[in-house]
Amino acid sequence: MWKLLKIELFKIFKRPRTYISFGAIAAMILIIQLGLKFDGKSYLQLLMSGISDSFYVPYDMILNGYLVAFVILNTLLIQVPLLIALVAGDAVAGEANMGTLRLLVTKPVSRTELMLAKFFASVVYTVLLLIWMALLALCLSMLFFGTNDMLVVRNDVMEQISRNDVLWRYIAAFGYASVALSTVAALAFFLSVFAENSIGPIVSTISIVVVLTILSEMKIPLYDDTVKPYLFTSHMLAWKGFFYSKANGNGQAIAGSVENMPAILRSLGVLLAYMIAFVTSAIIVFRRKDILS
Amino acid sequence: MKKKKWFIILLYFFLCVTGFGQDAASLLQKVKEKLGKINDYRATGIMKTEASFLKVPEANVTIYYKRPDKLKIKNEKGISLVPKGALSISLSNLLKGNYTVIDAGARAVQNDKLKIIKLLPLDENPDIVLSTLYIDANKALVTKAITTTKDNGTYEVDLSYGKYIAYALPDKAVFTFNTKDYKLPEGVTFDYDDGTKKKTKSAVSANKGKVEIDYSSYSINQGLPDGVFK
Repeated sequence: MWKLLKIELFKIFKRPRTYISFGAIAAMILIIQLGLKFDGKSYLQLLMSGISDSFYVPYDMILNGYLVAFVILNTLLIQVPLLIALVAGDAVAGEANMGTLRLLVTKPVSRTELMLAKFFASVVYTVLLLIWMALLALCLSMLFFGTNDMLVVRNDVMEQISRNDVLWRYIAAFGYASVALSTVAALAFFLSVFAENSIGPIVSTISIVVVLTILSEMKIPLYDDTVKPYLFTSHMLAWKGFFYSKANGNGQAIAGSVENMPAILRSLGVLLAYMIAFVTSAIIVFRRKDILS
Repeated sequence: MKKKKWFIILLYFFLCVTGFGQDAASLLQKVKEKLGKINDYRATGIMKTEASFLKVPEANVTIYYKRPDKLKIKNEKGISLVPKGALSISLSNLLKGNYTVIDAGARAVQNDKLKIIKLLPLDENPDIVLSTLYIDANKALVTKAITTTKDNGTYEVDLSYGKYIAYALPDKAVFTFNTKDYKLPEGVTFDYDDGTKKKTKSAVSANKGKVEIDYSSYSINQGLPDGVFK
């Protein structure tokens, strides 16, 4: 299995298209950082408009590496699924397109092992992409903008997290994001089994994620309770839950706390269930598939 | 006889009004003299901020004051959101300028008889429209100040004294202020909806905020550079 995984990883990282994602992420992050470096105050003024009438707002202190990383993740975690689909959607369909799939299944390994190796290789790629993102979004922002307490701006409340209470939240958030993005990889992987070339599963995954993300963000009372909780995209944003802290009776944030950990774990469970369902379905379909390409 | 009676009644009222007026002014003068002992101070303490839309941890703050009206609250280890109008926690700021002193009677609060004095600014276009001071006449200490401003609503400061009573510096200051509604579009914040119904997060009402400072130490008249207030 380990050998199979190494072969699959070799295939992924031999293809130039794999590095498009790393380049695209670096470019997007640097552009956002540059924009915030020169015009971050205007952005903050928009975010702080609700409190600037009542409070003196120290914009220069608020615009620090932790906030910049949060802004970047907020923006990129909507785009990154598209980059994940580029590789995961190619896992099986790419082989079919090149005509190597039939050859591959003649090897003395089970189809299940082969599929698992391909999926885990996509997961490794996803995790590496997230580590790259963490290095650029968090470490580089900390270097460029320094560190201070972090302000998290929510729809109806503004939270302040002490600077020594932030890093573990980022580690947890990146850990969660790796599961969320692996779910997208599993979807692309599942769709890849049905196609003869990779464009179909890549575009289908992107379309599904975009449509479901829009549906997840819409506020329609009837649909909020009936459909939304079951969409995997509704749970992909739960990484933010690590930045919401509990408050004591007087409304002060409690250091080291998470506002609703059971909800985050529930969301994690939903994502894992989706991931297992997609991968299992992909394996079942592939095992029964008459491979002609 | 009738004329004489009216004269006595008018004289009585005149003496009462001017007498009380002088009484209030002299009491205020005593308070000012007490506050006048301080040229500057550097105090440390713990600040708790409370507002319905804020979730902020307790902060260790340093408060710098320099006569006549410089005040700065700094969180040495992080960010402090300081409400506008918090300058009024320094009474010297309230008592500067020209104003008419009006005696507004007295009130008993927890065995202390507090004198109520209103200050009406004489300036043409003042930021502060009216200040009401509750003064413990025996100790010449302001225990409560209510300030109505032209642009930022009404502020209230409650002061409790202890170790630094000789300098009229409080051990605890509770500053209450008005806030405006806070709401950002969900399309801007992309919040994680965990499915739970939102409830009020603070004990204070929706349009009120509160900042509480518990002072632990003061360093008085040691000199402070102006750079601290930038």
